[in-house]
Amino acid sequence: MIYLDNVAGTKPDARVVEKMLSFYTEHYGNPSAHFYPIGREAFEAMEAARGEVASFINAKAEEIVFTSCGTESNNLAVKGFLKNPKNSGKHVIISEIEHFSVDSTVTKLINDGYQITKLKVDDSGLVNPDDLKNAIRKDTALVSIQHTNPEIGTIQYTDRLGAVCREAGVAFHVDAIAAAGFSELDVKSLNCDMLSIASQNFYGPRGAAALYIREGVKVSGLMDGGHQERGYRSGSENVPAIVGMGEAARIAKAEMGIWVPELVRLQKQLWDGLGGMFDFLHFTGNKDRRRPGHVSFWIEYIEGESLLMWLSLKGFACASGSACSSNILAEDEEDLAASYVLTAVGVPSDICAGSLGMSMSKYNTQDDIDNVLKVMPETVQRLCEMSPMYNRK
Amino acid sequence: MAKGPYSDKVMDHFMNPRNMGEISDANGVGEVGNPACGDVMKIFLKINDDQVCEDVKFKTFGCGAAIASSSMATELMIGKKVEELLALTNQAIVDALDGLPPAKIHCSVMAEEAIEEALKNYFKSKGQDPAIVDEMKAKIKKEN
Repeated sequence: MIYLDNVAGTKPDARVVEKMLSFYTEHYGNPSAHFYPIGREAFEAMEAARGEVASFINAKAEEIVFTSCGTESNNLAVKGFLKNPKNSGKHVIISEIEHFSVDSTVTKLINDGYQITKLKVDDSGLVNPDDLKNAIRKDTALVSIQHTNPEIGTIQYTDRLGAVCREAGVAFHVDAIAAAGFSELDVKSLNCDMLSIASQNFYGPRGAAALYIREGVKVSGLMDGGHQERGYRSGSENVPAIVGMGEAARIAKAEMGIWVPELVRLQKQLWDGLGGMFDFLHFTGNKDRRRPGHVSFWIEYIEGESLLMWLSLKGFACASGSACSSNILAEDEEDLAASYVLTAVGVPSDICAGSLGMSMSKYNTQDDIDNVLKVMPETVQRLCEMSPMYNRK
Repeated sequence: MAKGPYSDKVMDHFMNPRNMGEISDANGVGEVGNPACGDVMKIFLKINDDQVCEDVKFKTFGCGAAIASSSMATELMIGKKVEELLALTNQAIVDALDGLPPAKIHCSVMAEEAIEEALKNYFKSKGQDPAIVDEMKAKIKKEN
């Protein structure tokens, strides 16, 4: 199988898995147990990992809080910040293409008396920093805008958005989950106060993620308990996964310079190849400011899920932003809502039912891209022939 | 291979759709759905003088379940009389496919509706009032 759904999680690096193993077999102690070796070893390994993660995003170790997943990091950033009594204001700004874990979290705040502004994006998915400037009010408590959109690959002008927030004295959270390992992340030049990353998106294991909280920014924990992670996140730490995340951060920092240019090269080939294939294929997202190795598009006459299924049968794992397959295990068809990201970037819903995303990792090769470009014409042709809308004119 | 969300029957009909295409001299054509909802289903019928469905073809824009539902529907239709076509429920299509995920049941409903539309079009082409389809359908429902 050729794996092209790396926004959903990357294959862990072998060195990461190797490094994790002894934390299951030998150093299995609880890092809160400081007075015997296997507890102390777990603690020290966890702190070393914290250092690696901090260094990866140019932060200090004490500014890193480990969580269990990207969604938890985003929830902690938004709810934990607003919950802290030092922070005031009842207005929150996000963009209209945030990940569910920010969008749903913020939308629910309306019940607690918050007012929400969802900034419009242009047809390539970009937020205009001037729009942000105009949207900030006296009572704005928090701005949360993602760095890279996983569905359409667009990379925001995060540093400029951060500068707007800094100037206005408003806290700025960045969901950088789809960016880590693919774009350089420097919390200082991004002008952010909080930043979320997840290990599984940069060749680390699932089950570990982090929230950067800039020194001095006040955030309250969401779980009560044993005061782990300095109270930001009570609960026993997932030491093996955290150790793996540290190793993944170390590797990414050292080797991104090697794999990113190759991803950009393969991305251009895939983009140009698909673009030249059909005049009814439409790319989504920004062509220049996009995640390396990420190509997303929709095709007239063809529904996203059926294309995804055919590609899967031919051995390609891709992502669908389809109306139909986003939540196929849902009990109710109402849960099969169309992608709000596609709607936000102005994809016409009367001729588009679902997009397809192909996102590469450092493991993808020239052969992989050649193979995708080989199977696409026959697959698309087959579905076109089946479509009542093809050749209708 | 690990099992996906669809039954083997659904996958078979998705990969090898039966009766896909158009009938140029169809005497009943029905189209339902719209792309905004993610599905469009079109059914072409050839009904002979004995009111038997001699041939049927479909074209579908939609997900795997929509394609498989249309394909299965056409298999269940060939050789059936008009009243039998109207008695074909979405549940019969779901059963023949060995089930659909709950969120995809609407695809089988669309197939039933497409058959209905095609038959209305058939009666209309014969100069009859298409409302007869609704009456027959209501009668069948009452009897069951």
